Parts: sequence; structure tokens; C-alpha cells
Amino acid sequence: MTAPAIRAEGIGKRYRLGEHHSFGSLRETLVDRLRSIGRARPDAEKASIWALRDVSFEITPGEAVGIIGRNGAGKSTLLKVLSRITEPTEGRAEIRGRVGSLLEVGTGFHPELTGRENIFLNGAILGMRRTEIAAKFDEIVAFAEVERFIDTPVKRYSSGMYLRLAFAVAAHLEPEILLVDEVLAVGDLAFQKKCLGRMKSVSQEGRTVLFVSHNLAAIRSLCSRAMLLQDGRLEAAGPVDEVIELYVRDAAASAAATVKLPRPAGADTAVGVSLQFTTEDGQPRTEFRLNEPWRIRFDFECLREADHVIAGVGICTLEGIPITTLYSQPSRLRPGVHAVEFTIDLPLAHCNLQFVAGLTTNQRSVYYQEGLGHVSIIEVAAGDQPVSVRSGFLLSAERPAIMPVPKEAGPAWRAKGRPTR
Amino acid sequence: MNPATPESARDELVVIEPARGLGSLRAAELWEYRELLQFLIWRDIKIRYKQTVLGAAWAILQPLLAAAVFTLFFGRIARIASDGVPYAAFSFAGMVLWTFFAQGLSLASNSLVGSSHLITKVYFPRLMVPVASVTAGLLDLAIALAVLLIIILASGLGVSLRLLAVPIPAILALITAVGAGLWLSALNVKYRDVRFVVPFLIQMWLFVSPVIYPASTVVPRLEAAGLPGWLFGLNPMAGAVEAFRWAALGVDTHPWPLVAVSTAAALALLATGAAYFRSVERFFADVV
Repeated sequence: MTAPAIRAEGIGKRYRLGEHHSFGSLRETLVDRLRSIGRARPDAEKASIWALRDVSFEITPGEAVGIIGRNGAGKSTLLKVLSRITEPTEGRAEIRGRVGSLLEVGTGFHPELTGRENIFLNGAILGMRRTEIAAKFDEIVAFAEVERFIDTPVKRYSSGMYLRLAFAVAAHLEPEILLVDEVLAVGDLAFQKKCLGRMKSVSQEGRTVLFVSHNLAAIRSLCSRAMLLQDGRLEAAGPVDEVIELYVRDAAASAAATVKLPRPAGADTAVGVSLQFTTEDGQPRTEFRLNEPWRIRFDFECLREADHVIAGVGICTLEGIPITTLYSQPSRLRPGVHAVEFTIDLPLAHCNLQFVAGLTTNQRSVYYQEGLGHVSIIEVAAGDQPVSVRSGFLLSAERPAIMPVPKEAGPAWRAKGRPTR
Repeated sequence: MNPATPESARDELVVIEPARGLGSLRAAELWEYRELLQFLIWRDIKIRYKQTVLGAAWAILQPLLAAAVFTLFFGRIARIASDGVPYAAFSFAGMVLWTFFAQGLSLASNSLVGSSHLITKVYFPRLMVPVASVTAGLLDLAIALAVLLIIILASGLGVSLRLLAVPIPAILALITAVGAGLWLSALNVKYRDVRFVVPFLIQMWLFVSPVIYPASTVVPRLEAAGLPGWLFGLNPMAGAVEAFRWAALGVDTHPWPLVAVSTAAALALLATGAAYFRSVERFFADVV
């Protein structure tokens, strides 16, 4: 019997609220200190949240397991605990084999260094030996398609080249256990496909893969098993199709009409506050009927005065397929909370939707979060027709009548396409 | 059955659980990651003078300019003693070692915060980051040392075999910078106040180290006050700078009792710094 590659027993991780905000200027720190003088220390239990609680599972070597769940369910925290970036508050995990964790592509890339130098630096940071990197160097460069620029500082690379190089290094990591967080969410479609293909071959080589993604289609194609996390707890684990189905059902049932948006540490220009889904007359809802227009309100906060701010909301299916992105007018904004409201009048049939929220100022992205919220369109299609859920999520606008075709005439293309003698 | 997992590697078992009490040094792990340390040092050297006009000349200019100012004000005007060598050579030698120390300490203190993108995304012993920051400065020290040699020869002081002892004060300064750097970088993760404290601290530290003045002006006064002269060596940089001048300039001092005390102080600083660092490093990713 083989020992499990990963065994987790009652893993829990508690974050103290406010810990994330404990950095800042001297003034802030002093003001905080002064304010807290004479006040009782807040109860630690009260001022903390469990990002993970009581998570136990076993993964056998060679298995590819997807981790799914809503934003803030604890997926990334679990990967961080397993890759030893952060320590669990309670519980224990055992990992057998060399671990490679890929929580981001291009970790440790330095803009001033050349492509060649960054391959070595990044490889070493990801845990590769110098000899190993040297042996795979040509392969990495070929995969990234950056041969001509290998001795150019990466700050002169296009974003596509940068991403390709970053992923190429990561893709040639050969640990026994690979922990991957959402790295496929970057780059263009062709690049994503290439990455997905590489991930697939990695898992087929018999490596153990733990894969976090909002892209359910990718999880389905890569993984045989999946785990569903909800509010930091392991809700379900089992065959990938069953767990995904459960997730989709759960997501619809527990959907909230107002979604508080994550606020990344270190944001200094603008951050998202909330997304709210309402009917046209302002009733908060998460289920809409076919052809019923509805609204998305995106609240965001400018932390300082910003020029040419565009707020955008992307609509994707729960599987991760992008449908459309809506943008606000560019505006110059003062610090404070602002909102933009979009009316959705798309020909959407039965589907489950999730959202992306983003903010740019002067064409530069300052806030980006995906996998947000959940909205369902609950009717399959209008009227009586033989359509099923599988027939797609866009309705055909028009339903033309079927016309009779006279025997001798035949369709026009046949007359035209007939070869002449 | 499992081509990607050779038996030898499968034996590698990592246990993840909340640590209790003080963290140990886990030296085996540091050894395991030695290649990464080399890469980090190499990176720090590579990027230190990128996109600067003068490049590595800064390694010489900083101690040179400081020594020039000191020579004018402390040597000429205040007429501070200089152990029998020209004050310019005296203060430049002191500044060469001091610059290495001060730069290393300053860079190390900010190194973890500056590497937050690494710390939150990948695991490695975090100790490597401040250690690399200090160690990368050795190259600058070597360059400055070459210039110091030229100055020594030009001023007719002559060099002796004592020069071979230069690595001793260099290592002492390195240990001191790493020790203090471990403390300050770890504290800086949680309390960004450190960023403001460090420049001030370094300035004060300069004044209590025998850079501008020789230890021979301080030790007798301590003794006259009924205190043991070795107290001055509790500042590890006191022993380091004195030993450095003894080796490089061939001054006629007897720094070794001071160096012994300074070495003990530097090792204590390093040991406590490493222990503190190791015991709090597991929170870095949550706080940084």
C-alpha cells in the first residue's frame, strides 16, 4: 500500500482581523496606539476569522485533485499552508515528496535582469537546482518562444512574452507534488491552452497535482477528484463531476445579492467595495427570469484622486467562460466611494453566472478580482421547445419559421455548387 | 509505477503543524537552500547599481566623500587624534568598513518588506533574504579596499603582512550587520516604524564607533572613570573598526582585547537575531 502523498488532519488557520492593516506609516501606527490607550484589548476570538477549519483529507500519489469553492472559501489559504508559506493555527499535514508550489507565475522575476538571468533566479526560488535549470534551459526558452530576447532585461518584454517565460520556468519544475493556484487565469487564450496542455501532461506523468481554479472546465479536464471548500470547511470530496455539480447547486442556493469584495493588502489607488445584483426596480435578487433585465451595481473606493478611472464588471459562467465585460465612462474621481450601475439585457438562458470586478486608471489596472458573486438565470428558454440546459446559455433572438422546399427546386447552394462539364 | 517519484525522494517527509515555543535554527534546512542564497546574493549584486550613472563607483565615492568631509572638519579643524597616521587615511579606512556595515544593515532591514511578493508566494527560509543583502556588499567592500590600498601606498604608509588579517574585521562587521539586520528586518515586517528608525540608528551607531576618532581616546577615559576599557568593545563595530585599521594601516594599537569582546557581542547579536527571526518568520506571510 502506498502512503498518501498528502495527508491533512484537522487543518485550521485563523487570521486576526486588522492584522493585515497593521502596517502603515509611523503616524498611522502612533495614532492607532494612542487610540487604543485606555481601551481593553479586543477579544482575540472576536477579532479573528477562521480562513480554514477542520480540513482533513488524503491524496494518493499520482492523483490530480481540484479545489473549488467561492472566493474566500479558503482555497488559497489551504495551498499556502500546504506549501509552508503560512503556518496552520491548528492541525497537522504530512507531505511525502518534493513540493513545488505555483501560486503565481513569475515569482521573483526581477525586471532589471535578463531573461536568462531570471530563468535561473526564478528556478532557484521555485526550488530547482542550478544543474537542473541548466539542463532544461534550452527547453524552457523554446517553450517560452523568447530565444531572440533571452539576453534582454525582462522589463523590455511585452506582457505576453513575460508571462510565457514565467510560465515556462514553472512548467519545467519537476516536483513530485505540484500545488497550483489559478495561474491559468492569465494570458491570452492560446497561452492558456498551452498551459493547460502542459498541466495535463504533468498530471499524466504521474505527479500529484493539487489545483485551485475558478475555471470549472479546466478542473474537469485536469482532475479526477475534487474538493469543495466552503467558509473554510471541507464541504465535499469525491469524483470531480459530482463535486462540481454540488458546488453549482450550493452556489445558487447560498448566493447573496450583495457581495463584499476582497480588499488586497497594499492597494493604494482604488479598491472594490461591493457588487450588488438587483431587479430593474432595485429589489436585491440573485435569480432572474429569462428576458428579465437586471442590474449590477459596483461600488468602489478611490483611495486617492485618480484620473481616467474606468470601472468594469465582467460576466462569466460558473465554468469560467467569459460572456462579456461592461465598462463605465472614464472619469476623474476624488477620494471616496463611487458606484456604477450596469443594466444587463442579454439573451441569457438558464445558466449560473459569476463576476469579475476591475478598476483601471490611465489604462493601468489597479484592482482585479474574479470569481465573485453568483447569479442564476432560472428559465431554460421561452415557450415550449425541446431545449435542455446543455444547449448553451445564449438564446437565439429570433426563431424563424420553417419553410417548405419544392421538390424540383432544391436549395440554392446545390444549384450553384454543381460542377460544370 | 510512479516515474516521477523515485524512492529516495519519496522518503522526504515534511510535517506541517503549528510550532510551539521558540523556533530552532533548523540549520539543515539552511544548508539545503544554500544555492538559493547564492542566487539571491548574485541578484542583489547585479541589481545594486542598475540604472545608475556612476555604477560601482558609488562603492568608493560614499566612503571617500565622507572621509573628505571628516578630514576637513574633524582632522583639520577639530584636530582629532588619528593613531599616528594622516587623518585622511585614518578616516577613510574607518569609513570603508563602516560603509559596508551601514549599507548592509540598511538594505537588510528593508529586505523582507521589499520581498513581500516572494514571501507571500513561495516558501524558502526567509533568513536568506537579509543575509543575502548584507553579503552582497562584500563586493563593494573589496572594491573600496582596493582604493584604500592605493591611498595607503600613495601616502607612503606602506603595507605589511597585517593586511592578511583584514578578513577578520570584515567578517566581524558582516556578523554584526547580519545580526542587527535579522532583528530589524523581522521587526520591520510587523512594525513599519523600523524604516524610520534605521537611518537614525545607523547615524547614532556611527558616533559611538571609533570611525571619526580612535578608540585610544575613549578607552583611557573609561578607565579613568573606573570602568573597564573593554566596555567599549560591547559595540561590535568598535572592535571591527579598530582591528580593520590595525590590519590595513598598520597603526600602533593593540585592538585585540577589544576585538575579543566585540566578537562575543557580535555573536550574541547574531544568535539572538537568528532565534528571534526563526521564531517569528512563520507569521511573515500573514503580516507583510
